[in-house]
Amino acid sequence: MSTALSRPALASAFLDVGQGLLQVRIWHMLAWQEIQQRYRRSILGPFWLTISTGCMVAGMGPLYSKLLNQPLGIFFTYIAVGFVLWQLIAGLISDCCQSFISAESYISQMKLPLTLHVVRVVWRNTLMFAHNSVIVFAVLVFSPPPFDSSLLTSIAGVVVLLFNALWVGLVMGMLSARFRDIPQFVNSILQVGLFLTPILWKIEMLGDWRWFALINPIYHFMEVIRSPLMGAGISGQSWAVVGVITLLGWTVTMYAFAKFRARIPFWI
Amino acid sequence: MALAIARDVVVEFPVYGRRQQSLKRSVLRAATGGILATDSRDHVVIRALDKVSFEFNEGDRVALIGHNGSGKSTLLRVLAGAYEPVTGSIEVQGSVAAMLSITLGLNTEATGYENIFLRAALMGLSKIQTRDLVDDICDFAELGDYIQMPMRTYSSGMLMRLAFAISTSVSSDILLMDEWLSVGDASFGEKAARRLKSRVDDAKIMVLASHDMGLVQRSCNRFITLEHGLIVSDSTSYPT
Repeated sequence: MSTALSRPALASAFLDVGQGLLQVRIWHMLAWQEIQQRYRRSILGPFWLTISTGCMVAGMGPLYSKLLNQPLGIFFTYIAVGFVLWQLIAGLISDCCQSFISAESYISQMKLPLTLHVVRVVWRNTLMFAHNSVIVFAVLVFSPPPFDSSLLTSIAGVVVLLFNALWVGLVMGMLSARFRDIPQFVNSILQVGLFLTPILWKIEMLGDWRWFALINPIYHFMEVIRSPLMGAGISGQSWAVVGVITLLGWTVTMYAFAKFRARIPFWI
Repeated sequence: MALAIARDVVVEFPVYGRRQQSLKRSVLRAATGGILATDSRDHVVIRALDKVSFEFNEGDRVALIGHNGSGKSTLLRVLAGAYEPVTGSIEVQGSVAAMLSITLGLNTEATGYENIFLRAALMGLSKIQTRDLVDDICDFAELGDYIQMPMRTYSSGMLMRLAFAISTSVSSDILLMDEWLSVGDASFGEKAARRLKSRVDDAKIMVLASHDMGLVQRSCNRFITLEHGLIVSDSTSYPT
C-alpha cells in the first residue's frame, strides 16, 4: 500500500463523492425502500416515527418544565425542537457507522461510487426527519416565533447539518468498517449524549459550567437551527463553530477518503 | 470498442481479528485458497491475485479455471470494478455486465415491478430505458399478475426467473459470469439458455469462471488457469 497521497487518488476521491451525489435515483430508491420496509403493512407507516417522537415530547416537555421550574409554553417548544433535532443528529451519527458495513454485498460485487452508500444513509435520516418535523411545525403554531428573516437561517442550518453528515458518514463509515468496535463505542456515547447536550435543559442553567456545552459540537449544530425558532435570533458564535467544523471536517475527510477509498471493499 | 488490460494486478485481503503469532514469518500453501502471508505491518493477508497480467480483446471468450479459492471470482470482481488492485493496474473499456450475483439488490418486500426499476438503476439504466424494457422483462419472466406482488410471495424459482430476466435484459460489451447461469424448469430453462446465448454472442468479450470442463470447452476460445492467485497457463486450447 502506497503511503504518499498521489494526485489521481485525490481526484478519484472527488469523483467518487460527485458521482455518488449524482446518483439521485438509486439513493432515493434505496433509502425510501428501507423506510417502507420497516413499516410495511402497518397502517400509519412512517408516521409512527412522528407519533413516537410526539409521545416523547408530550411526556418530557411538561415534566422537565416542572422539574426545572420553567414556563411551560416556551420550554415545551424548546424541548420539541431540540428533541426532533437530536433524533436527526443521533440517527445520522449512529447509522453513518453502518454506511459501508450494511452495503457489503453491493460494494464487493458492483462498481458503484462508495459515497452513494453514505448519501443513502443521510437521505434516509432526512426523510425520517421530515416526518418528525411535523411535530416542530405543530408546536410552532401554538407558540409562533417572531416572523423574520432569521427563520431562513434555521433552514440553512439544517442544510449545513446534512452537508456535514456526509463527511461524518464517510469518516465514520471507513473507521467502522476497519475497526468494528467503533459503532458500539459511538452508540454508547450517543445514549448519554441526549442528557449531556442542552436539549432537556438550557445552557444558562449551567452557570459557571457553560463551557461544558460550548465544547460540544452537537450543541452548536443545534443552536444554529434552534435559536431563531426560539426567537433568540441568529447565534453568531455557533455559526462560526459550525463553519470551522465544516471546513476542517471536509478537508480531513477528503484526505482520508483519497488515501483509503480503494481499501474499503477489503475491510468489509 | 471493448478491451481489458491488466498489468501486474495484485489483490490482497487483510484478515483482521486473527491472532497473527502463528502465521508470523510463515507462508502457508494449501491445495486451495490464496497464499497466506503477512504484510509489512504483520497483518495476515490473503494474496488472492498475484501479479496477474493479461489483455482481453474483442472476440475473446475467456474461461477462468482453477480450484476453489484460486482467484477466479476475485479476478471477476476486479474486472467488474468492485475491487481495485493493491498494486498494478487494470483498464477496462466498454460497458460491463457483471452477472456475478443476479439477485443482488432485490428487495423481497418490494413488488417485482418495483424491483425491476431498482435493479435496472443499479445496472446503470435510466428511467426511460427501463420503461422501454419493463414489458419485455415482465413477459420474459412469465410471472403474470405476480409482478405486482411483493417478492416475498414468490417461490425461489419465480424469483430467479425475474432476476434472470432483468440481468439479461440488455447487451453489454463485456460479460462477466461466475458459473454459467441456468434457471427455471425445463421449458423456461430452454428459453433462458437461448437468451443467455444471444447475450454472450452479442458481447465482444466474455469472461466465464467455471468448473465445468465440457461447458468451457464448448463456449470458450481462451483458457486461463489460476493457481493460488497466479496465472499458470494462458492458452487457446484447454489445458490437459
